[in-house]
Amino acid sequence: MKRLRWLIGLVTIIAIFAIIIFYPLPSLLEWQSPLLKHCFFVLFFAATFCFWRILKGPTPADRAVAIDILGILVLGFCAILGIPTGRDWYIDIGIAWALQSFISTLALAKYLEGRNFDE
Amino acid sequence: MNEIIGIVFIIMGLVFDFLGCLGLVRLPDVYNRLQASTKSVTLGTCSILFGLFLFKGFTAAGIKALLCIVFIILTSPVSAHALARGAHKSGVKLWKKSVCDKYEEDK
Repeated sequence: MKRLRWLIGLVTIIAIFAIIIFYPLPSLLEWQSPLLKHCFFVLFFAATFCFWRILKGPTPADRAVAIDILGILVLGFCAILGIPTGRDWYIDIGIAWALQSFISTLALAKYLEGRNFDE
Repeated sequence: MNEIIGIVFIIMGLVFDFLGCLGLVRLPDVYNRLQASTKSVTLGTCSILFGLFLFKGFTAAGIKALLCIVFIILTSPVSAHALARGAHKSGVKLWKKSVCDKYEEDK
């Protein structure tokens, strides 16, 4: 049973990577190189794992960890989107997102400890 | 030439990001998930930002990317440490095959 679950997971991951690499994905922007578009969708596939952990996580600590990881991944999205569009303000959005993600993670950790926010 | 090295850095960062998120789904415990995902996702995003710096050169966006790398390396371990402490204090149990719990002994 355990090996069957391993096999199903491996086949699913390989199938999604094959779809990302070989299927003609919709081009939303003028990508400089076609590799960059596939990179963007691989990052999107990694972010769905975080969403799944946020939905399913058995304890509140799991959800806090997943939110922290998602906040760092969004910075990667902003960095990749800044290259083909040629607009510099995407990285500004990334810096602001990293700041608020850090502060909200500290607030969540205090909430998990059972203290008030102003201690 | 810079763009080829930048794409290599971005793909390396994507591999780290993907493996970190896979660990977030796959591992059995809060502490194991924190351990697997925080470090590798931090390194992967730093690598993506360095790829952006190699694309842009010493313009405004490239220097902001370097600043972002320094900011992430400083803040990500702090938030991970705070989360682990909060999870331990809120009473999340360790995985049943865990070997030792030094933080419980020191209290």
